Amino acid sequence: MGRLARDVAIIGVGQTKFGEHWDLSFRELGIQAGANAILDAGIDSGKIEGLYIGNMSAGLFMDQEHIASMIAEEVGLTKTNIPATRVEAADASGALALRQAVFDVASGSSDIVVVGGAEKMLDVVSDVASEYMNATGDNTWEGLFGATIPGLYAMMARMHMNRFGTTREQLALVSVKNHKNGSMNPLAHFQNQITVQNVLRAPPVAEPLGQLDCAPVSDGAAALVLCDLRTARDLCPDPIRISGTGQGSDTLSLSNRSDLTTLGASRQAAKAAYEMAGIGPGDIDVAEVHDSFTIGEIIAIEDLGFFPKGKGGLAVEDGSTAMGGQIPINTSGGLKARGHPLGATGIAQINELVLQLRGKAGERQIKGATRGLAHSVGGTGGTALVHILEVV
Amino acid sequence: MSGARYWRHQDQRYNMAGNECGVCGSRFFPGKTMCPNCHRRSVGKMKKFYFNGNGKIITYTIIHEGSLQYRNQVPYLLAIIELEEGDKVLGQIVDCEASDLAMGKKVEMVFRKLGEQGKSGTIQYGYKFILK
Repeated sequence: MGRLARDVAIIGVGQTKFGEHWDLSFRELGIQAGANAILDAGIDSGKIEGLYIGNMSAGLFMDQEHIASMIAEEVGLTKTNIPATRVEAADASGALALRQAVFDVASGSSDIVVVGGAEKMLDVVSDVASEYMNATGDNTWEGLFGATIPGLYAMMARMHMNRFGTTREQLALVSVKNHKNGSMNPLAHFQNQITVQNVLRAPPVAEPLGQLDCAPVSDGAAALVLCDLRTARDLCPDPIRISGTGQGSDTLSLSNRSDLTTLGASRQAAKAAYEMAGIGPGDIDVAEVHDSFTIGEIIAIEDLGFFPKGKGGLAVEDGSTAMGGQIPINTSGGLKARGHPLGATGIAQINELVLQLRGKAGERQIKGATRGLAHSVGGTGGTALVHILEVV
Repeated sequence: MSGARYWRHQDQRYNMAGNECGVCGSRFFPGKTMCPNCHRRSVGKMKKFYFNGNGKIITYTIIHEGSLQYRNQVPYLLAIIELEEGDKVLGQIVDCEASDLAMGKKVEMVFRKLGEQGKSGTIQYGYKFILK
């Protein structure tokens, strides 16, 4: 229980710029990220034994299902007829695809696999995109009655503010920090800095949350090459080991949760990942967490054990989560600034951690980082995943 | 939402029909096929239970960017309500101002129009809530 049969490492990463790609199709975004990852790994594509794709809803966004086969064809992997698998868990699809790929390699079934995440959201207008995202919540018992995903997070925010004294300004500071980090990431959707006043004066979406509390609708893709650690040592000068993977689930409907200030799925995923890695939250040097809404980051840093429950807002305010703070959170810009192409997000988080652990994150480098954690959530927390990465 | 999919849950949406576990007595809205506490012991022992629709607000929001069905009604008020007979439900609070809302306020269920299926389609009705 709680252990992988053999060690798994990341030997290549690739990502497209996240943002509005009017000129690029889903296929082109996917192949760009995949090709970059394979070039980064320096392997012959004939060595790839499997392909995993995290994608939330090509069916809704572009009337296309069965996209694993489509991507395999596009990248020229159908010649060898290797297995290609599409994985779905709302906006945690990428992270869940990674977990399945880890199990494939850890089991010994494959030595080298590629795992990607991709979403093309801007081929539909933005209120239609929002409507599709509402399908990540309980549409039958909540969506039909007027619930939206921002609305559900807003109700969590109000509860957190009421119970712990979390302030509107602390929520805004999450967005301000993530935009500052994103300004140093050339692949981020938004690379502009913003102020607390900008966030507070932005049009309301679902009170207390406004437009600048919400991650954007983005196009983008990201990919990784995974390999068993023993082979990886021969192929790669700086393999990054995946030392922990954890997954949890919870009710789809928010109204059925017993506590709205925590995500049980995140706590379960973190517990499993820490146990597998044999470490605790204090051992993590840098983390990417799921800030689809600003309150999401505050709840996440508490659920992951970085700060006590109720102290997340304060931690953001006193700089503990900024670059150079106790635990830098979302150095990539997070979902808010890096962008949030649903299925690609979980893989983009891993891309950022690999750059940090290789010491190649440029001006946003956290000095001497050796362990990183990625946290991904589907919808309002029906699914959550945590992965822990370590320098070998 | 298609006609059949809506019609299937008409009793739940019109009358707040949920159910009660015949083993442990827990009540559920919407009703569950199996009690999450008693699991297989509850199979065949779930009894229909009509909630009276009274409860209190545990959290709420004011929606300014609504889902497509309600986008002509923004801003609208949405809350999670703890029902006095057990379980929780999400619904709209109507016939009041946003400034009237507060956590802990008592509400009661009312029967209202939710939406319609296209311009000439079936009208969908269901529960909303008003302040008591």
